[in-house]
Amino acid sequence: MTTSVLDAAPRGSRLLRAFARNPSFLFGCAILLAVVVVALLAPWLFPGDPQDMVAPPTLWPGEDMAYPLGTDSLGRDVAAGLAYGARVSLAVGVIAAALGLLIGAVVGAIGGYFGGKVDLVLARLTELFQTIPTFILVIVIVAIGQPTATVIVTAIGIASWPTVARLVRAQFRSLREADFVMAARSLGYSHWRIIVHEILPNALPPVVVTTSVMVANAILTEAGLSFLSMGDPNLVSWGSMIGDGGPLLRTAWFLTALPGAAIALTVLSLNLVGDGLNDVLNPRSMQQ
Amino acid sequence: MSPNPVLLQVRDLVVGFGKTEVVHGIGFDVAAGETMALVGESGCGKSLTAFALMRLLPHGARIFGGQVLFQGRDLVAAREKILRDIRGNEISLILQEPMTSLNPVLPIGLQIAEVLLRHKSMSRRQADRRVLELLSLVGIPEPQRRAREFPHNFSGGMRQRVMIAMAVACGPRLVIADEPTTALDVTIQAQVLDLLDRLRKDLSMAVLLITHDLGVVAQWADRVTVMYAGRVAEEGPVGPFFRQPRHPYARGLLGASVGDSGSAHYTTQRLVEIPGSVASAAAERGCPFAPRCPETIAACRVQPPRLEPVGEMHRVACPVEVAK
Repeated sequence: MTTSVLDAAPRGSRLLRAFARNPSFLFGCAILLAVVVVALLAPWLFPGDPQDMVAPPTLWPGEDMAYPLGTDSLGRDVAAGLAYGARVSLAVGVIAAALGLLIGAVVGAIGGYFGGKVDLVLARLTELFQTIPTFILVIVIVAIGQPTATVIVTAIGIASWPTVARLVRAQFRSLREADFVMAARSLGYSHWRIIVHEILPNALPPVVVTTSVMVANAILTEAGLSFLSMGDPNLVSWGSMIGDGGPLLRTAWFLTALPGAAIALTVLSLNLVGDGLNDVLNPRSMQQ
Repeated sequence: MSPNPVLLQVRDLVVGFGKTEVVHGIGFDVAAGETMALVGESGCGKSLTAFALMRLLPHGARIFGGQVLFQGRDLVAAREKILRDIRGNEISLILQEPMTSLNPVLPIGLQIAEVLLRHKSMSRRQADRRVLELLSLVGIPEPQRRAREFPHNFSGGMRQRVMIAMAVACGPRLVIADEPTTALDVTIQAQVLDLLDRLRKDLSMAVLLITHDLGVVAQWADRVTVMYAGRVAEEGPVGPFFRQPRHPYARGLLGASVGDSGSAHYTTQRLVEIPGSVASAAAERGCPFAPRCPETIAACRVQPPRLEPVGEMHRVACPVEVAK
């Protein structure tokens, strides 16, 4: 291990500096931050229900400055829809990814740490879920249940955990043989404590990276569901806006283009953040 | 020789992987307060033995049989929960690689404090104070500041000091040190072993020193047990052992090392070598050393020789030597 000037700096500030040197990560953060701010401020920026008909239908962007991004075929404010849609997309993305992360981390950690028969069963279970296409699984679960936000989030979470499980399992399998885990065992710590305290923090970097991509995928899946009119009918979502605008694609293309751009930008920003985290947290790139 | 009561008795310990035995029924004692060295070359099973004592075997390895009596309690048969209370508290382990033996994401002070909180009924504040005492005890300057630093801020020698601080934190009766200085350079090696020896006396604990370095044994151990291919070849107090090693393997080892008498480092004489390689011993029916031994007799090929006394506390597993 080389001793550089950077090694002397506390871990936190070294990380910050590495992030600052990564322009695409900063760009991703900026877009994501903008989306989060719009989502948080939506009730203040656009008071009232975004599903209300407030103006003549299909106003083009800029035609009436009260509705800067125009209105849809029912006269609903597109800008308000985008802002409230950001709330839905981000909430669904984050909660579904958190759920997938939780299930995946528990399954992966237990399988990877203990190995043997437990691992065999959990690994087969993971593979079973992986063979089913994510989107089909989500559609089936939502079709069986009600298309409420809770069911959709749960369905996406259930469909997305295998990726995390495999990653966490691989991390645990290599880390359980690490010297510091042996040292921890020799100090009399329990398995539970070794899993949570010793191995998990060391296994996190690649998981964090994957999580940002999982959020993006969850947003895409939710948009896909809403586009197919399988989303929560009480919520405005980017996907449902695209679906509603579909029939008017030739006359009022902005109705699909604007929510489409919102999805693309958000997913792009999450991927850029993921890449940036990967560059910074990856131990191999850290040593360079 | 050692008037102290016996702390650890290992009896017929058999350890292996899958169905293959690696350690074939080894036995030795460690008395309270002494340094016992377990010596052997790579692959002879000394590290596996050390881990087996605390039932900390790597995945795939298991104990086939035998007893490990620690203060009269059999650790081989003990329940996992009881073992966990003993590990780090009454018996602790120092590993070979200080660079990787500390958790890289936690400050070292916290790592030491957690051992104390695990085994001793201490408040957080008491533990923190004890951590600073321990850090100065193992010779780490500015403990107040260093306690908050991460392992990557420490050199190899300093990390091994931290490991020692963790090992002795709870005042164990026995410290098992598995080649604690192999990864360090020679000057640091002496410092670390001196430190361990000082702590052994101050805290009246016993040290089981696993090593392949006879120089280390001569300088720091009270007694020595030589292992060859998973069996004990010879055991005895360090003085008589180095004056007159009895087992042909032990004699070969000493002959093959550069002594520290006179200008030995610049000797022009050829060092004695042991013919053959350890691998040939694996499937041996009789004495594992027989294929490489210059003094083999017919009896050596029949069954593994038993340890028999050849002096006070000095025993050797060689029928030829015993008969002399």
